[in-house]
Amino acid sequence: MNKRRPYVRSMDGWWKKNPFFVEYMIHEGTALFVAAYAGILLFGLLRLAQGEAAWNAWLSAMKNPWYIGFQVLALIALTYHTYTWFKIMPRTMPPVVVGGQRLSAWAITGSGLAVAAAACLGLLALVWGMAR
Amino acid sequence: MSESQKTIEIEVLRYHPEKDKEPHKQVFEVPFTDDMSVLQGVQYIKDYLDGSLSFRWSCRMAICGSCGMMINGEPSLSCQTFLRDFYPARVRVEALSHFPIERDLVVNIEGFIEKLESIQPYIIPKEPRTLAQGEYLQTPEQLNAYEQFSSCINCLLCYAACPQFGLNPSFIGPAATALLHRYNVDSRDGGKAERMELVNSEEGVFNCTAVGYCSEVCPKQVDPANAVNQNKTNSAADYFLRFLTPKGGAK
Repeated sequence: MNKRRPYVRSMDGWWKKNPFFVEYMIHEGTALFVAAYAGILLFGLLRLAQGEAAWNAWLSAMKNPWYIGFQVLALIALTYHTYTWFKIMPRTMPPVVVGGQRLSAWAITGSGLAVAAAACLGLLALVWGMAR
Repeated sequence: MSESQKTIEIEVLRYHPEKDKEPHKQVFEVPFTDDMSVLQGVQYIKDYLDGSLSFRWSCRMAICGSCGMMINGEPSLSCQTFLRDFYPARVRVEALSHFPIERDLVVNIEGFIEKLESIQPYIIPKEPRTLAQGEYLQTPEQLNAYEQFSSCINCLLCYAACPQFGLNPSFIGPAATALLHRYNVDSRDGGKAERMELVNSEEGVFNCTAVGYCSEVCPKQVDPANAVNQNKTNSAADYFLRFLTPKGGAK
């Protein structure tokens, strides 16, 4: 008779068993804020298409302290999401060879973050310029 | 007291398939010196405290890939993890996560061996050469393309680090994909179309959600997460290019 009886351990609560997995769940969780914020912006666009009154109603709704609070929370979540997104990027893309040398992980993460920061500041300057 | 009489507690997850319903913890008091690895601690238990303790090991120098264990919850090679780094606290030693426990610290790796066979881990020559034609030549750049992925020692720490493999054991997983990639990007190899069928399959690379822990725990800096994620791109290209040049499918 076969005396083997391999024991399969449960995966219940797997993400709580290692700090790395907890962090993974947090940075994946921040994606929900990205989706929620995109939803709010899309809804704004819809209200804009419906005319001036609808647009102004949306704008005043945005001044609600709950909305402002959510935006602050979303900003923090999005910033963290951006950081972790570029942090994992060197692992997810093909090797980049510059002048015969493979680009280091930090060079990839750093340039990703720099481009994201430049894009944010550029957009902010553009909107600021249009609003004046 | 001389230093050689320092002792450390090692908590081992025991499982005897003929006696135990489920694994249980057992704590051993092990004398140690600062140069002792966790593997040596476990060997001390087997030699002097309980001869029934089962575990795998061979080279003691991070080359054979046999002695992988969960040490304080982290997939590690026990031969290059040192007891002094935990002293005076207790060290927790368990069988590699996500694999069925055969007995004590020994896991069942049959699933991985099948996956390893399935990726055809050898060069399938693009064009057969006769002896008279001489050896296959390769430039340093062509070597660089795959060298890192050829360092895999099949220690399976990456599988113990991969929750997606834990949730779906049929996922081909980090190491097998890294080795698959190693041969696919070798300039001498012509087996890519066959191996891409595995990459594209239900068991293939899209089980990966880029947790990235596999590459963190790899003792050989293979970066299996990179191999898996590069093949998501390759798989997508394969999918869209088939409309232009019909070939292979998915298993």
